[in-house]
Amino acid sequence: MTPDVLIIGGGLMGASTALQLAKRDQKVLVLEKDAPGRHASGVNAGGLRQLNRHPAEIPLTVEAAKLWRNIRELVDSDCDARFTGQLRVAENHQDLQLLQQRADLVRSLGYTHETIIDRDELFRLVPVLSRHCVGALYCREDGYARPYHTLTAFRRKAQSLGVTFLAGNKVVGVERTNDLWQVQTPLGHYQAPILVNCAGAWANQIAKALGEEVPLTPKAPMLMITERLPPFIEPVLGAASRKLSFKQMQNGTLLIGGAHLARLDFGQERTEIDWGKLKESAATVTALFPQLKKVRIVRTWAGLEAFMPDNIPVIGPSSTLEHAYHAFGFSAHGFQLSPIVGIIMSQLILDGKSQLPIDAFRVDRFQKKG
Amino acid sequence: MDKHYQLAIIGAGPAGLAAACLAAEHDVHFALLDEQPGPGGQIYRSIENVTGHKAKVLGEDYLRGRQLLEDFRRHCKHYFPNTQVWSLDSQREIGLTHDGQARTIRAEQVLVAGGAMERPVPFPGWTLPGVMYAGAGQILLKSAGLVPEDEVVLAGSGPLLLLLAWQYCRAGVKIKALLDLTPPFNVIRALPHLPRALKAHHYLTKGLMFQRELKRAGVPLLKGVSELRAEGEKRLESVSFLQRGQRASIPATLLLTHFGVIPHIWLTQAAGCRHLWDQEQQCWRPQLDVWGNTTIEGILVAGDGAGIGGARAAEYAGRIAAIQALHALGRLNTNERNRLAEDDRKLLATELAIRPFLEAYFKVPFSRMMTEVPDETIVCRCEEVTAGQIKRAVAEGHTDSNQVKFFTRCGMGPCQGRQCANAVAQLVATTRGIPVPEAGLYRGRPPVTPLSLSQLSELEQGDQA
Ligand SMILES: Cc1cc2nc3c(=O)[nH]c(=O)nc-3n(C[C@H](O)[C@H](O)[C@H](O)COP(=O)(O)OP(=O)(O)OC[C@H]3O[C@@H](n4cnc5c(N)ncnc54)[C@H](O)[C@@H]3O)c2cc1C
Repeated sequence: MTPDVLIIGGGLMGASTALQLAKRDQKVLVLEKDAPGRHASGVNAGGLRQLNRHPAEIPLTVEAAKLWRNIRELVDSDCDARFTGQLRVAENHQDLQLLQQRADLVRSLGYTHETIIDRDELFRLVPVLSRHCVGALYCREDGYARPYHTLTAFRRKAQSLGVTFLAGNKVVGVERTNDLWQVQTPLGHYQAPILVNCAGAWANQIAKALGEEVPLTPKAPMLMITERLPPFIEPVLGAASRKLSFKQMQNGTLLIGGAHLARLDFGQERTEIDWGKLKESAATVTALFPQLKKVRIVRTWAGLEAFMPDNIPVIGPSSTLEHAYHAFGFSAHGFQLSPIVGIIMSQLILDGKSQLPIDAFRVDRFQKKG
Repeated sequence: MDKHYQLAIIGAGPAGLAAACLAAEHDVHFALLDEQPGPGGQIYRSIENVTGHKAKVLGEDYLRGRQLLEDFRRHCKHYFPNTQVWSLDSQREIGLTHDGQARTIRAEQVLVAGGAMERPVPFPGWTLPGVMYAGAGQILLKSAGLVPEDEVVLAGSGPLLLLLAWQYCRAGVKIKALLDLTPPFNVIRALPHLPRALKAHHYLTKGLMFQRELKRAGVPLLKGVSELRAEGEKRLESVSFLQRGQRASIPATLLLTHFGVIPHIWLTQAAGCRHLWDQEQQCWRPQLDVWGNTTIEGILVAGDGAGIGGARAAEYAGRIAAIQALHALGRLNTNERNRLAEDDRKLLATELAIRPFLEAYFKVPFSRMMTEVPDETIVCRCEEVTAGQIKRAVAEGHTDSNQVKFFTRCGMGPCQGRQCANAVAQLVATTRGIPVPEAGLYRGRPPVTPLSLSQLSELEQGDQA
């Protein structure tokens, strides 16, 4: 039977879009080349961050945060989400000034989720932090969840509403004939009137098949995880002038990231840890938490993610062909946005427009004007 | 330590030592890295310090290693003991810690001679205090000369089990019972391989000698045992098992188990070399050509890390791989290489003649044990994930080892999945009714051995690719 919508990519964007469409009685088929959650969606840092986002993303991230609060209602699982707050630490007064400007900007846009906290408040929240820190930008409602569990919850909920996921099914050809998208994979031929491109780091290949060139760069940010420690820090921590993302997970391990990139052979989908760069992450952590020096790293990895030149995603209809839509290029911060992206995509497809402003995410924004 | 070597050899067991001696003869700029305080690997552990009586206990083979070591000491300039190698990548960058200092070095050729580890097999009660791998017991015997005070029960299968029992016996340990879990019909499966095995008859005579001596020492040897269980509240109190359809139980405080050994693949796995599931040896091993080349250029494997062959085979294969490395470095042309390797190839072939027989004879009923393993038995010790949780994850659509790992956290603890990789692959395969290779091997996530945050933050970087 022909589905109403065919989605390429079984990551969170694909699964969330599928779920929202199924809730509105659409028959959805998701084609995934590997296994659902194999790439960015299953291996990311799980950060639920509204803090310090691009202004265009603020309306989306704020709505997404509301959905995360009640995530069980959406996917029948709490995704192990914790709302412990996120901090962006200032290590000197210059840092603090920058953060203050940011807080002012957010306020001028009419939002209140990001506030400046002083040194005392900071040490009250994170007593173990190195004493040289002077304050922070803070978002109380932020937190973290478990990525692969989240993806699984979205997938299973979508499946319970009739969505089909076909794994190990790489889309190699797309064309439009007889008012239907004809989609080819080594395992079969599929067709549907509507096509959604949620192909993550490979999304430009699908866009190209639709006649759209997009300047997407696949990159592989690295993460590392330590042995388990007794609980000592609740909020997720970043730093104003260093690359850092630091959190103690539900089970006591520390998850450390910081956007340092692994060496990547994209064709082979092979990443290799760049120890010289990961060294900086370790140095940042030991500078902010000297007592963690002896803590052992047990695992490191990198995930493949789509980056756009302006570090904000592409969300919207194709600019060249009708009945085709894109949601990709989340530039290493799409996990938190995923619940709202599904809603936006379902509105675009079924109502012809999204209730939230998405003009900044147009696919043709990179084309030279005039 | 230099930042760059022509050849890096990882592991100073028989394969690594033989390769090192050969590389030294040809004046190659090479380093030999090993985590132990002294050379010798597992088999020749602490060999340089072993004195008269203890040497006798450990047997004649152990002394064979002495010669190898004397040669090696004479030659090797860049030998680094106490060195943990925690990373290897496809560009042959090696991450290591030596004297507390973490660093990366690079080599044009890397020979991984990391040896083997005991095959972990989950069975009910295997995580109770008082249950230990026989190999761990053997390490205590070799390096510390420690022998358990109480009577021990030994259980499992494989040639090492008899050797260990024999070594314990000679060291004056009381063995309450030796439970042989080798399936009785293995004998029949092994018979066709017997004629070839006779070429390496010294193994067979040795095995018989062990059995004879154990019998003479009054060790009860129970054959055809299955469904092993370690029982007890807080620690081991008894060992129970099935024999001739009857369940029997022996009170015990120490159970030593051994189910054969499997290759140490964790470095080649980290480097991204291709690995195959060896149905006979029931383990993953790197895919190699006849020279020991992996699927990644410049990375070679020799010795038990390539698939179990034993100490002598490791020596020959170590030399063959070193010869190949010399060839790749431009020191030997193809003819010279082939000629130089001729003797070792012949010796290796003779040495390996016994393997098909041993493999068939000692084939561990691994897939059956994994079918029988009760839901509540822990499979991943680090993260305490049970067989039931793994089966449930499979049923919920997590269809391979890596997805099951993502979902249940099995294999995510400090041991990096070494202890459960095989069991999980086998469980996934059994649950889904698919071959083990389809269930797959965990992807490597270095560091292969843990590294501290301060060690990484003070990393000294070697040559960049
Ligand atoms: C290391 C790392 C850390 C991160 N940390 C955070 C964080 O803390 N917070 C946060 O908000 N975000 C984070 N992110 C970003 C977040 O993970 C991603 O933005 C998000 O998961 C993107 O989802 P996706 O569905 O677009 O991509 P993916 O999960 O990559 O899904 C795309 C899928 O499409 C499939 N596909 C591609 N081509 C084809 C084809 N031709 N046919 C069939 N299938 C195809 C792929 O196999 C893939 O499974 C992080 C990302 C990484 C890599």
